[in-house]
Amino acid sequence: MTVVDVKQLKEFSQGADAWFRDNVPADPGFMLPLTFMEVGTDQQFNFLRDWQHKVWEAGYLGAAWPKQYGGGGLDPAFQKAATEAMRRRHAPIMLNAIGLNWTGPLLLDMGGEEQKQKYIQRILSAEDIWCQGFSEPENGSDLGNAQLRAVRDGDEYVLNGSKIWTTHGSYAKHMILLARTNFDAPNKYAGLSFFLAPMDAAGIETTPIRKLTGEFGFTQTFFTDARIPAESLMGEEGQGWLIAMRTLEYERGARGGQAGGYVITPLDAFSILELAKKAQRDGAPVMDDPVMRDRLVEFLIEAQGLKLCQERGRIVPLTTDRPMALSLSGKLMWTEFARRLNEFAMTLLGAKGGYYVGDESAVDDGLWTRGYLNAFSATIGGGTSEIQRNIIGEHVLGLPKK
Amino acid sequence: MENLGRLGFSEEQADLLEVATNFCRDKSPMEKVRKLIESETGYDPEIWKEIIALGWLGIAIPEEYGGVGLSLGEATPVMEQIGRFMLASPFLSTTLAAQAVLAGGTQEQKQSLLPKIVEGAIATLALTEDSGDWDLSQISARAEKDGDDIVLSGKKLFVCDAASAQWILVSVRLDNQPALVLVERTQLSEGALRREVIIDETKRSYALTLDGIRLDASALFDPHKARAALSHIHLAANLLAAAEMIGATQAVIDYTIDYLTTRKQFGKLIGSYQALKHPTVNAFVGYEQARSHLYSAAHCFNEQGTGEIATRMAKAEADKALSYAADRSIQFHGAFGFTYDCDAQLYRRRAMWHAAQFGDAAYHRKKLAELLL
Repeated sequence: MTVVDVKQLKEFSQGADAWFRDNVPADPGFMLPLTFMEVGTDQQFNFLRDWQHKVWEAGYLGAAWPKQYGGGGLDPAFQKAATEAMRRRHAPIMLNAIGLNWTGPLLLDMGGEEQKQKYIQRILSAEDIWCQGFSEPENGSDLGNAQLRAVRDGDEYVLNGSKIWTTHGSYAKHMILLARTNFDAPNKYAGLSFFLAPMDAAGIETTPIRKLTGEFGFTQTFFTDARIPAESLMGEEGQGWLIAMRTLEYERGARGGQAGGYVITPLDAFSILELAKKAQRDGAPVMDDPVMRDRLVEFLIEAQGLKLCQERGRIVPLTTDRPMALSLSGKLMWTEFARRLNEFAMTLLGAKGGYYVGDESAVDDGLWTRGYLNAFSATIGGGTSEIQRNIIGEHVLGLPKK
Repeated sequence: MENLGRLGFSEEQADLLEVATNFCRDKSPMEKVRKLIESETGYDPEIWKEIIALGWLGIAIPEEYGGVGLSLGEATPVMEQIGRFMLASPFLSTTLAAQAVLAGGTQEQKQSLLPKIVEGAIATLALTEDSGDWDLSQISARAEKDGDDIVLSGKKLFVCDAASAQWILVSVRLDNQPALVLVERTQLSEGALRREVIIDETKRSYALTLDGIRLDASALFDPHKARAALSHIHLAANLLAAAEMIGATQAVIDYTIDYLTTRKQFGKLIGSYQALKHPTVNAFVGYEQARSHLYSAAHCFNEQGTGEIATRMAKAEADKALSYAADRSIQFHGAFGFTYDCDAQLYRRRAMWHAAQFGDAAYHRKKLAELLL
């Protein structure tokens, strides 16, 4: 651990706050995605790409990543301060989530020098957008059964098959790809390999998928005799499952090293209070209704509990009994909370809960109804809540597998 | 927005957590817990001596009165581990009574009582009445002046460890204002204490008849501090109850996991079935959140406003977490869970007891609504 210069950190933090105060863009006149999974139009994409580039240039993204790869070379406390400033100043999200949060830390921890040189800075600058090819139409929760075929042919691998739920699929320059290189392996996991695949290879095509919200945000990606260079392989053949599991640890927040910023607009439970204060029922304010008051307090307690769990994760004597518990439970706790909070918000909308994005009378431009539908992206993506309960049950509590 | 609390954990808390874990695990195996249920006083006086020697009674008592000079925040990990291993003792009663002395006593009372408490004199509180109201300022027991004396009348319920206590601090109404008075147990007449049949059999609780108790004026606590002292006792009791419940929640989850990883049905360990696995995880996640609340309350307890918010949240969440975890533990033990021999009932009863004492989850959420909305 390096010793953090307190004075330097304070100056950095103040600088970040001032920068975001002055630079957070005004209302662009169209709806900005609340999460990286909701980028549905070129207009949104270009706006967020420019924004991320600007934040990186200012030194407030990747501040703790090594200097030689485009980072700031500072202690993680600096990036934390920058991210807090973003939050305080309600900055838009960082676009390149899969690059910044999953691929980047993976390459920094496990990648070769050449890979770091080639990819890291362009992840930070948003020049290269990354996507992830894990799920397949027939293999979702059962990720280890992935069937996309990768066959070595000279200096290339030939890919055939399909990936699905590819966020940023139509925009991405690269994909982290889980593919099967060995169909005769002793078990399904041992046949998998991990690739850093170029998306512009001939034979890779994407088809947009329409979400339950009516918007677009991800694709199905088809591989038809697509040829990618053999050096796209990360690690060795057969290590795919290991590297994919490591990637999921970054994705679920169980392991650190991310570039910083946020890719999902932080959920503010208190925003629901503002909604409640405006709501009316039977001619009286909803805030006078004891049942609704009780439910509001329940949400505030839970929001506070989640925040405290993050703080407790850093206090070693309070995590000794089951050290992995808090980091492995985070995704389940937060995503389920967000879903229920959005659902409750609709109750507060009363009759106007029937409006949707696009109607001029929709409360907060339809944010809550859309937010509820979109909340499922997090309770399903990255391993469903049910899979998370299996993981916690088996890896934290030691309960037997099926 | 209001400050709802945050976490911090001192070296003293960490040390006490470790010491208490080892001590309670060692001194209070389940056979011992079961054995003490059958005893009259409910605790082992030899272990009480060891607790005194460990200095736990002085943790939250200032050094000028012979204590360690820390706070209830440091007593919290001790109480948590006592709850986890169901170690029976008058620690909770006595610690709360000491808090009452600190918050409501005169200088002379502090000087005479607190050093003795540090040395192991047992004390308890007599607050609850027949109305069952959790608002401690709702008092119908009376104190009336008779010359230089004070004469008490009325009845108190749920006076914990009263038969073992040297002192009982009683809330009464004096000149139509709440007041606290100190009663020596030796002043009680024959039959003034009746042992109550309570849901948590590891504890001891008594009804106390006050009629005819005649006290010296020096038994009266500082009348100007009575209301504040009652508020303080209410929050202190809830903090420590939450700690005892959180410890029990961890224990009952561990107890359930033991069964789920050893019991087989249809040829498989029952913990492999998601119908049991997932609710167990839900119980565990609830425990983790509640424990985070507990240590936020411990850390912020003495902060005006924030301390109350954090403490009420902790008690509300502890009630929810332990009630659910113990309820599922009974169910997941199947027919064995329905028996007296299965420990799940001990934890469920513990949850019921603490929900009934000083406010359940819904009550604290109501108070939080007043504070937050």
